[in-house]
Amino acid sequence: MNQIKMIKVNAIKNGTVIDHIAAGKALKVIDILTLTGNNAVMIGMNLVSNRIGKKDIVKIENRELSKEEVNSIALIAPSATLIIIKDFEVVNKTSFDMPEYVEEHIICPNPKCITNSEDIPSKFYINNAEIATARCVYCEKKYLVEDLRIKI
Amino acid sequence: MKNLISMRDLSKEDIMRLMDTAAKIENGEIVPDMQRKLAALLFFEPSTRTMFSFDTAMKRMNGDTIIMSGTKNTSAKKGETFADTLQTIAQYSDIIIMRSPIEGAARYAAEVVDIPVVNAGDGANQHPTQALLDLYSIIKTQGKLENLKIGLAGDLRFGRTVHSLAQAMAVFGAEFKFISPSFLQMPEYIKDDLTEQNIKFEEFKDMEGNIDDLDILYVTRIQKERFADPEDYAKVKGSYVLNKTMLPNVKENFKVLHPLPRVDEIHTDVDDTKFAYYFPQAKNGVYTRQAIISILLGEV
Repeated sequence: MNQIKMIKVNAIKNGTVIDHIAAGKALKVIDILTLTGNNAVMIGMNLVSNRIGKKDIVKIENRELSKEEVNSIALIAPSATLIIIKDFEVVNKTSFDMPEYVEEHIICPNPKCITNSEDIPSKFYINNAEIATARCVYCEKKYLVEDLRIKI
Repeated sequence: MKNLISMRDLSKEDIMRLMDTAAKIENGEIVPDMQRKLAALLFFEPSTRTMFSFDTAMKRMNGDTIIMSGTKNTSAKKGETFADTLQTIAQYSDIIIMRSPIEGAARYAAEVVDIPVVNAGDGANQHPTQALLDLYSIIKTQGKLENLKIGLAGDLRFGRTVHSLAQAMAVFGAEFKFISPSFLQMPEYIKDDLTEQNIKFEEFKDMEGNIDDLDILYVTRIQKERFADPEDYAKVKGSYVLNKTMLPNVKENFKVLHPLPRVDEIHTDVDDTKFAYYFPQAKNGVYTRQAIISILLGEV
């Protein structure tokens, strides 16, 4: 079974694997990552997962994620697992915790917000209640986390 | 307190310090001296009252002002970034007082410059100095801020003054009646804030019959332009006009406030009653703004 998985999405020698992304959200994860073209990236979508039914997976060679990237991915793929690979071995495996604060990758849905008229990063405080919400630091409007869009 | 951007940033202690300072300035107990201090009044959106009120506040303390009104004559027209405009103005002045149609503009300004920034209104978001002068008017007429019953009437959706005031009074355990046409109701995000703080509020469509148990009725103007069809405006207009005949059963301590300018939502026959407080309220704005500037510049 493991062998079949490896055939579907190649193993990487060194880098980061984002596993257990809810099916269909891998491309949103890719949008958050600043990929320079130097790193090999492998994407698997709609794979069978014992844990979440169907999942997406993203593997990036020779790359670790910044704190901002981890926080933003946690917002759109809270079920995902972050895996660090060294020499084909898993050296660290953690879940994405919903952050209290995110900066940069999210678009404020309010067209009158200053983050949509000046070239400045958006900032949101997250309330991780049963239904998670995000409040814009600037315009102070509150939105459902699931309604937020990624800045491409 | 380094800046004044949003009522959400102020603790109960901050508010009471501002109220206390405004009262001391009004009764002459303290006389802040702003000689050689310069306030830059940047009004990227039209304003007469708020701008004059700040200008008056500064000049009553022997300070001075530089005023920019609108964007017609600014470098923004030449393509200068907002951040560069602010940083340049900050080189000339000791405090920036700013109004903008862009929501969050004052918060951003405070990040960019090293001198204090006062938000004099940012789009439909916040207008904290208006909220503070409203609180000062409430404490002067009611003797307290705690546990009052407050009616907010008119355009509660786009009116930033009612948003700031509702958040400010929630800190003091107020109970609210929101009186507005259905499409101009208080926004959900403000109502969510109040619910989180266990603040009671009810919503009504008519002013009549809903004011007798209030301590304060805060009336705001409904702009005709908000209505897609002028006939719809004509239909509801009467429900949001306060006149003298509606006042016989109001409480003894009842007061009517309005941020001004008034159009026709308070009939002039209310002006001569003991319940009208909107003109003294405007005067309170000067004391409150004197207090804000003095505290931010460390002069009191």
